[in-house]
Amino acid sequence: MRVHAQRAGALIGGLMFPAWSMADWTLNMTPGVTGTSNDIFSLHMTILWICVVIGVVVFGVMFWSIFAHRKSQGAKPANFHENTLVEVLWTIIPFVILVVMAIPATATLVDMYDTTESEVDIKITGYQWKWQYEYINEDFGYFSNLSTPREQIENRQVKGENYLLEVDNPLVIPVGKKVRFLLTANDVIHSWWVPDFGVKKDAIPGFINETWTRVDEPGIYRGQCTELCGKDHGFMPVVVEAVPEEEYNAWVAEQKEAAERERQLTEKDWTMDELMERGEKAYASACAACHQPNGQGAPPAFPSLVGTQVVTEDMAAHIDIVVNGVSGTAMQAFGNQLSEVDLAAVITYERNAWGNNTGDMVTPKEIFDYKSQQ
Amino acid sequence: MADQQLSNTDPKRSTRRVVGWCMAGVVGMFAFGFAMVPLYDVFCEITGINGKTGGRYESTEVAEADVTRTVKVQFLASNGPGMTWKFRPVVRSVEVHPGEPTTVNFYAENPTSEPMVGQAVPSLAPSEGTLYFHKTECFCFNQQPLDAGESTEMPLIFIVDKDLPAHITKLTLSYTLYDQGKQAAVTQNSRKETTTNDNG
Amino acid sequence: MAVTGVFMSAVADTHAQDHHHGPAKGISRWLLTTNHKDIGSMYLIFSFTMFLLGGAMAMVIRAELFQPGLQIVQPEFFNQMTTMHGLIMVFGAVMPAFVGLANWMLPLMIGAPDMALPRMNNWSFWLLPCAFLILVSTLFMEGGAPNFGWTFYAPLSTTYGPPSTTFFIFAVHIMGVSSIMGAINVIATILNMRAPGMTLMKMPLFVWTWLITAFLLIAVMPVLAGVVTMMLMDINFGTSFFDASGGGDPVLFQHVFWFFGHPEVYIMILPAFGAVSHIIPAFSRKPLFGYASMVYAVGAIALLSFVVWAHHMFTVGIPIVGQLFFMYATMLIAVPTGVKVFNWVATMFRGSLSFEAPMLFAVAFVILFTIGGFSGLMLAIAPADFQYHDTYFVVAHFHYVLVPGAIFGIFASAYFWLPKWTGHMYDETLAKTHFWLSFIGMNLAFFPMHFLGLAGMPRRIPDYALQFADFNMISSIGAFMFGATQLLFLLIVVKCVMGGKKASAKPWDGAEGLEWTVPSPAPYHTFSTPPEVK
Repeated sequence: MRVHAQRAGALIGGLMFPAWSMADWTLNMTPGVTGTSNDIFSLHMTILWICVVIGVVVFGVMFWSIFAHRKSQGAKPANFHENTLVEVLWTIIPFVILVVMAIPATATLVDMYDTTESEVDIKITGYQWKWQYEYINEDFGYFSNLSTPREQIENRQVKGENYLLEVDNPLVIPVGKKVRFLLTANDVIHSWWVPDFGVKKDAIPGFINETWTRVDEPGIYRGQCTELCGKDHGFMPVVVEAVPEEEYNAWVAEQKEAAERERQLTEKDWTMDELMERGEKAYASACAACHQPNGQGAPPAFPSLVGTQVVTEDMAAHIDIVVNGVSGTAMQAFGNQLSEVDLAAVITYERNAWGNNTGDMVTPKEIFDYKSQQ
Repeated sequence: MADQQLSNTDPKRSTRRVVGWCMAGVVGMFAFGFAMVPLYDVFCEITGINGKTGGRYESTEVAEADVTRTVKVQFLASNGPGMTWKFRPVVRSVEVHPGEPTTVNFYAENPTSEPMVGQAVPSLAPSEGTLYFHKTECFCFNQQPLDAGESTEMPLIFIVDKDLPAHITKLTLSYTLYDQGKQAAVTQNSRKETTTNDNG
Repeated sequence: MAVTGVFMSAVADTHAQDHHHGPAKGISRWLLTTNHKDIGSMYLIFSFTMFLLGGAMAMVIRAELFQPGLQIVQPEFFNQMTTMHGLIMVFGAVMPAFVGLANWMLPLMIGAPDMALPRMNNWSFWLLPCAFLILVSTLFMEGGAPNFGWTFYAPLSTTYGPPSTTFFIFAVHIMGVSSIMGAINVIATILNMRAPGMTLMKMPLFVWTWLITAFLLIAVMPVLAGVVTMMLMDINFGTSFFDASGGGDPVLFQHVFWFFGHPEVYIMILPAFGAVSHIIPAFSRKPLFGYASMVYAVGAIALLSFVVWAHHMFTVGIPIVGQLFFMYATMLIAVPTGVKVFNWVATMFRGSLSFEAPMLFAVAFVILFTIGGFSGLMLAIAPADFQYHDTYFVVAHFHYVLVPGAIFGIFASAYFWLPKWTGHMYDETLAKTHFWLSFIGMNLAFFPMHFLGLAGMPRRIPDYALQFADFNMISSIGAFMFGATQLLFLLIVVKCVMGGKKASAKPWDGAEGLEWTVPSPAPYHTFSTPPEVK
């Protein structure tokens, strides 16, 4: 039945939208890759079939009446209007069916609430509009932002395979281990959902919620925020990479090292040359797409940075624009996207490259203080 | 039906009575809406459903620690929106025996050039454990002022109740630190202060 | 307004000469009227206007979702559209439509000359346009209209809400007052003004369902007023009911809101249950099966609706005991709801059925509402709800309950009683076209949403991943079809008001009830002397 529906759907789809390679006619929930998601799937199917059976019986009687008891067919109406036995029966039978349905549902729920004996604990914080993942036993953490380019969203570029379901830094978890998530939010309520895990939990500001998962198969799993959280609610996906244990351990070690390096970098005394060198790289990855590698930009949408007021005059205004962005324009707020070191390097670079030569320098420490005071 | 009897004799009076009852219902339900706030707090305190840990715990009996059991208590610290302090637990987690008082510290630093006031709001997971987590001393009972550049270690003394259900082996206590404005603004409006203290 | 005039005059003018005191002339008739039929008509016209406005917003939503990517509107505006669509449909279209039907039909059904409190009736109507003027004006304000969903969860609606939120709160207050006054009027009318001999268990079911609905309104509208007042205080007076930083709790908002919100769902469906319980027997030419059990089922649904609210909040982290309680209580609602469906089917069974427009809408109501009930039952299963919650599966569910439930119920009632209101038969061919286009459009729009939700598409998003593209396009096509079809209804009603085949006092041979004992169109004043009910 489902196969037929899919085929019919695919046929219609093929005729109507031949150019679409992504045609997907998934009709049902998928079982997912965890015990929980499989339990939920079988619950879902059980209820679905019970509903289908009840539906067939009830609608069957109804359609029989519609076809057989029509006035135009000369049907004469009967005059019964109550029958205690029937009425009692159709109260009791649904009740019994409900009790039968409640039993597996209760068992699954009890299992979902059992967060004990977790081996990895990860704190997830929802922000407008990104997720922060902190490995609380390991002392490192990072933000996870949507990485789909603006051009794709605004239809100026062909949409990629994982359109809106891709991030810069996915959450990485080990396969086969019980991972416990502790959820909270910074601003408004968000909800963290990975359908393949059967895990969805609200992240509420000021409160901590917990849930868990154990993923059996390595892979990349995608989900989204499922609680309306403002403008970009549709643009804060969840991507989880489940990897084998050794790979996970290596990754953790690497992250810890990187975090430590980053800490040292912020503290250390930077020279102009060092900042310029780092700034050139950071500029290339974060800014050059719009402002062009030569700083000329593409006015009016993307202003030139060569000799313009912002980069040659008041430094505070320059920092403000880079850290907080310019609302209503394509200029994003880079304050949370780049590290203090990169922010300082980019600003220093912009003030001295392409003949701007202001000789100004801003250190990571100063950026840190600036951000602190906001 | 009494109403109906009445309606046959004096519909006007009966209508007034019905309207009166309805209005009483409306006023009552409006009040009930507001009563849900304290009721919810009381309900949460009794059942611990929302993970808000209770106020200061005063126990008269000197409980003996149950050394046969160990419970891991984890600490988390988050900053509210716009809060610029550095805020973190000094230790990530401790293992305790139910019934024994334990002291841990949280580190807070105001890196800005202005004096500020912070207020920590606690939350416990699993919420089922809330009832069994008692604080005899906590920085979250009061607001915390810090001068520009000042740092402090803030104490928390807690006891995990011996009646903690056996299946709970790990408790996570999370604090979110909120900016309560500049020092001058310490006197917040009344509800803000009372509730924070209540739930501290 | 031209239509208003025409619509009313059909009721009024023909009979002005029959009575010494007909309606006043000109605009003051509408501003000052205390006649239940005038007020009923105004409610119905207002409701249809709001239905078109809310529908236009739905068209914007579906147009944006026609294809992946942002094409027509920006996310900020998209969120305003979803919010306003929900608010307008719930508070502006469905609820006033039922109050309009109540105004028109309750006095006719119980043999009363008018509502018990006619002046309050006038006031409660005229508050509505004021409320919606305020609500709609927020669209043109700095920062835009409310954009936090019709459920306006704190702190998105408080700390992070647009400046227009205060106006939104004010509008909710006014429409709340209007609904409460309407409910008091209904209760007073039903309890005090029934014709001699009409005991409670002889009341028509529409009267019964409205009595219970009115009690629900009185119980929950003040709670809604309370929750928006708390928001107002959080926003403007520095309290922290829902602000964690001041010791409040955002989850508390959801508890209070859904304490209102779940009974509200039944407020939107119970009167439709009542109306359908008249229409199905009328066109089956057979008495309603299980009258008493229908009444008890409605009562049971209403009572249960107060203890199931947290099933909207299964993912907020309620402890397992609470989770289980609300799951069991919610599942229990299936029992009385099932009884009602079985009764309707049993009424049709071995009847002598004919399928005029009211019956078509009523039969579609039973079938599609039952499908919505099935998905409701699935959503009640807490573990499965973790997958369904806040996805398009939920959107599909509540549109299956509300569109064929409330809206088809209203269309069925309108076609059923239009001859009584206007004195003319509506155009049956056009009405059947209206039905079939609505039926197809509705299913095309909302059935694929089940698939989208199960495949993992969250609700309230302006743009989506590519695997959701195909069903979204189908859904949008269905929605456009359903939307455009509703203009046909406007045409049918206008045509019916202007003229058509004369309707007899009882145009449906199987219909029962006091309303069919007065001439068509119903005179401006009816039952000045109460009829006798045996």
